[in-house]
Amino acid sequence: MMTNPGNRITQGQFSFLPDLTDAQITAQIKYALANGWAVSVEYTDDPHPRNTYWEMYGNPMFDLKDPAGILMEVNECRKTFPNHYVRVVAFSSVRGIESPTMSYIVNRPKNEPGFALTRQEGPGRQIHYTVTSYAAVKPEGERYG
Amino acid sequence: MSEPTIDLRTIWNESGVQTVLDSLDAELIGLAPVKKRIREIASLLVVDRVRRDMQLAAGAPSLHMSFTGNPGTGKTTVALRMADLLHKLGYSRTGHMVAVTRDDLVGQYIGHTAPKTKEVLKKAMGGVLFIDEAYYLYRPENERDYGQEAIEILLQVMENQRDDLVVILAGYKDRMETFFRSNPGMSSRIAHHIDFPDYNDDELLAIGELILKDWNYRLSPRAQKVFRDYIERRRAQPHFANARSVRNALDRARLRQAHRLLEGAGNVDKLALQTIEPEDLLQSRVLAGVRAVPDTKAAS
Repeated sequence: MMTNPGNRITQGQFSFLPDLTDAQITAQIKYALANGWAVSVEYTDDPHPRNTYWEMYGNPMFDLKDPAGILMEVNECRKTFPNHYVRVVAFSSVRGIESPTMSYIVNRPKNEPGFALTRQEGPGRQIHYTVTSYAAVKPEGERYG
Repeated sequence: MSEPTIDLRTIWNESGVQTVLDSLDAELIGLAPVKKRIREIASLLVVDRVRRDMQLAAGAPSLHMSFTGNPGTGKTTVALRMADLLHKLGYSRTGHMVAVTRDDLVGQYIGHTAPKTKEVLKKAMGGVLFIDEAYYLYRPENERDYGQEAIEILLQVMENQRDDLVVILAGYKDRMETFFRSNPGMSSRIAHHIDFPDYNDDELLAIGELILKDWNYRLSPRAQKVFRDYIERRRAQPHFANARSVRNALDRARLRQAHRLLEGAGNVDKLALQTIEPEDLLQSRVLAGVRAVPDTKAAS
C-alpha cells in the first residue's frame, strides 16, 4: 500500500503540505521571533525518523528582530547543501520548556528513495521491525547524489 | 480621461514623518544643514512611494548614508531618529538601530570575521546598522588585517539586501574621506553624505540648558554666565567633544553641587536642590584662575 507517494519524509511541522515558499517561511520565522524564540538552521542527510540531532548550520541566532537575517542563513544553507534535508528550528528558553518549540523542513533532496521495512522473527513468533533508509546505505555526504 | 491626482501633503501628514521632523527640530539644537538634508530625504521617500503606487518604477532608492563630523555633534542621536523616520515611511520594517564599532565586526583570527560580521548584519536586518568610526575597518598599514573581509561582506549585503538593511557609517570627516577614497566600492554605494557642523557657543549653552532641564536642574543666572565662559575656554582645550563635553561638565557640576549642599547647612529647599550655582562650575580645571564671578567678562 503506497500511503506516501513520492516517499516524502514527514517530520516536523507542515511536512504533509507542499514545500513552503520563502514568504511562508518568513511568516513562520516572524511568528517564532515574536514569541522570543531563538531560531537556528540545521541540516542532515540521514532521514531516519529517530535521527533527532541534526547538524547545526552556523550559530543559533539570538536577539534578531527581523526574519530577513534567518532567511539569508536558510538560503546559504540550501546553497551549501542543495541535496540535504534542511530544517528551521525555534528554541524556547523559557524555564520549564527549554526545548525546541517549532521545527519544519525547508529543503529536501530532489529524489527521496524512502525506507525499507525489515521484519525479524524473534522468540515466540514476536516480530521486530527495523526501518532503513535506502539513501542511508551510502556513506554520509554521498547519499543524495 | 483625466489622470487621477494625489495630494502629496496628505500622504506626508499621514505617514507621521512630520512628528519625527518636529521632534528633531525641538530636541536637537542647531544642525541646520543636517535637518535640511533629512527633510530632503524624507521628501524623496514620500514622493518615491507615491510614484511606486502609480507604477512609475524607479528602483528602490539607495538609503545607505554616511554621517561625518566631530565627536559630540549628534551623529548617533540623528541616526536613531533616522531609523524611526525610515520605519514611519515604510523603508525599514522594525525601525530598530544596532550600533557597532570595529570590534563587533572584525574577528581575531582567520575565519572569525565572517561569522561575526554576519551575526551583526543579521541582528540589524529590518532596521538600521550604525557603524561608528567606520574608518577603523580599513587598516592600510596591515595588509593581512581582517577588516577588509568585513568590508567585503558588508558591501555584498548592502548591495543585495537593500530592502532589508540600511547602513549608516559615521566618523570624523577627514578620516572618513580617506576611508572612502581607499574603498571606492563603499563610497559608490552610499547615496547620502551628511556633514555635521560643530556647534557654536550659543548652541552649546542651549544644549546644556536642555540637558539640565531633562535632569530637573537649572543654572542660576550667574552660573549661566560662568557656564558660557566655561564653554568658550573648554573649546580651546584639546579633546573638545561638543555636546558630550557639555554633558560631562554638567555631570561634574552636579557632583559638586551635591557636595556643596551636604557641606553647607543641613536644610535645603526644592529650589536649592535644583539650582547649579557659579561655585559648582568655578572649581573646574578649565576655569582655574578665574576665581571671581566674571560679571564683566561674560558680557563680551
